[in-house]
Amino acid sequence: MYGKGRIIPALILFLGVMTSPMWYKSGDISKLPKPEKPKDYTECVAPTAYMRTSHMVLLNQWRDDILREDGPRTGKTANGTEYVRSLQNGCMKCHSDKKKFCDTCHNYTSVKPYCWDCHLQPKEAM
Amino acid sequence: MDSKRRDFLKIAGLSAIAGLAVPSAFNTLLKGEAIASEHGEAAAAAGGHGAAAAKTGKRYGMVIDVKKFTENPGLADKCVSVCHTIHNVPDFGNKKDEIKWIWVDSFKHVFPDDSSQYKQPEGLNSLPILTLCNHCDNPPCVRACPTQATFRSKDGIVGMDYHRCIGCRFCMAACPYGARSFNWRDPRGKDANGQPFIKAENPKFPTRMRGVVEKCNFCTERLAIGQIPACVEAAAQSKALVFGDLNDPNSEISQVLKTTFTIQRKPSAGTHPSLFYII
Repeated sequence: MYGKGRIIPALILFLGVMTSPMWYKSGDISKLPKPEKPKDYTECVAPTAYMRTSHMVLLNQWRDDILREDGPRTGKTANGTEYVRSLQNGCMKCHSDKKKFCDTCHNYTSVKPYCWDCHLQPKEAM
Repeated sequence: MDSKRRDFLKIAGLSAIAGLAVPSAFNTLLKGEAIASEHGEAAAAAGGHGAAAAKTGKRYGMVIDVKKFTENPGLADKCVSVCHTIHNVPDFGNKKDEIKWIWVDSFKHVFPDDSSQYKQPEGLNSLPILTLCNHCDNPPCVRACPTQATFRSKDGIVGMDYHRCIGCRFCMAACPYGARSFNWRDPRGKDANGQPFIKAENPKFPTRMRGVVEKCNFCTERLAIGQIPACVEAAAQSKALVFGDLNDPNSEISQVLKTTFTIQRKPSAGTHPSLFYII
C-alpha cells in the first residue's frame, strides 16, 4: 500500500479522536443522570421501567383519552392510590421539581420537549 | 397441429378476458349496491331537508338572558374576567392581537342578519351582548381543521388539542362567529412596561404558545369535576346564564327553551348553535 507509513497511524489517530467521547465517559457511572425521586411518594402510576422509556407515550394517551374519548380524569395506581391523569396537576404533584427530575435526563440525552411552552411548572421550584 | 395452436390461443385469450372482467364486474355491482344503501340510510337519518338526526347522548348548551345583563351592568365584564383569569387568557392590550374566549359586542355585530330592520326598539343595535363559542352541533371549524386539532366531543363541546394545532387559521376563517383567536404573540411574554400579558397565572390550567388558535372550551375541565362553567357560576346569582344538557328534556335549560322565545346567532349558516339568546 502506498504511503502506509502515514495513512495507518493517521487512521488510528482519527478513530481515536472520533471515539474519544466514548472513552472519556466509559465506565464512569457517576456521570449518569440521577433524577431526584419524590420523598413522600413511593409508587408511580406505572412501573419504573415503563415510565423511564414511555412516559411520553403515557402522557399522549392520557391527553387523547381525556380530550377526545371523554375518558376519566383520574386513575388508580396498582396499590389503589388515586392520581390525576395530567402532567401539570398529576405528575408535577409528586415530581414537583422540574429541574431536579425532568431536566436531569432530558439534558443528559439532549432532548428538548416543549411541554413547558404551555404547561406551567410548579411555582416553588422555578 | 396449426389449427390446434390456433384453438389454444383463442381459449387462452377468452379465459384471460373472463378472468379480468368477471371480478371487476362483480365489484362494480356490489359497490353500486353499497352506495345505494348508504344513500338510503343517510337520507333517512337527515330526515330529508338536513334536519338534525335523532337526539342521543349529551349536548351541552347555554341560554343567555340579555335582559338580566342589562339589569346588572358589570355582570358581563365579570363573566369575561373570570373566564379569562382561570384559563390563562393573555391580554395584549390591543384589538389586533386580542385573545377572547368570551366577550361583549353590540347587538348589530352579534346578530348581523336580524331581519326586523324597520321598527326596532330604540338602542337595540348598540345593546351589549355577551357572546362566546356556540359549540355548534354542525361545527364548520371542525371540518376546516386539517390536523383534527379541533373536534366535537361526545358531549357536544367543540374542543381543541393545542398540541396538534399548526396555526393555519382555517378554523378562524370557517367560524361564522369570530369565536376563535390566534396567538400572534407569545402569551407568556411581557409588554413594554415589563407587565406580563397573563396578569395572574392559574397553576391548574396551561397557557398557550405563540402560533396556535384558541377558544372557549365550555369549561370541560370544570365539568369533569362536577362544576358548572365559570361564566355561569359568576352569573349564578342573577340566573342570567343557564347551562345544561339540551338533549335532556327535564334539564333546566330545556325547560327554559320550552317556555321562552330565544334566538340564535346566524341560524341561516346551518351550524346549529348550542347557544340561545333571550333578548
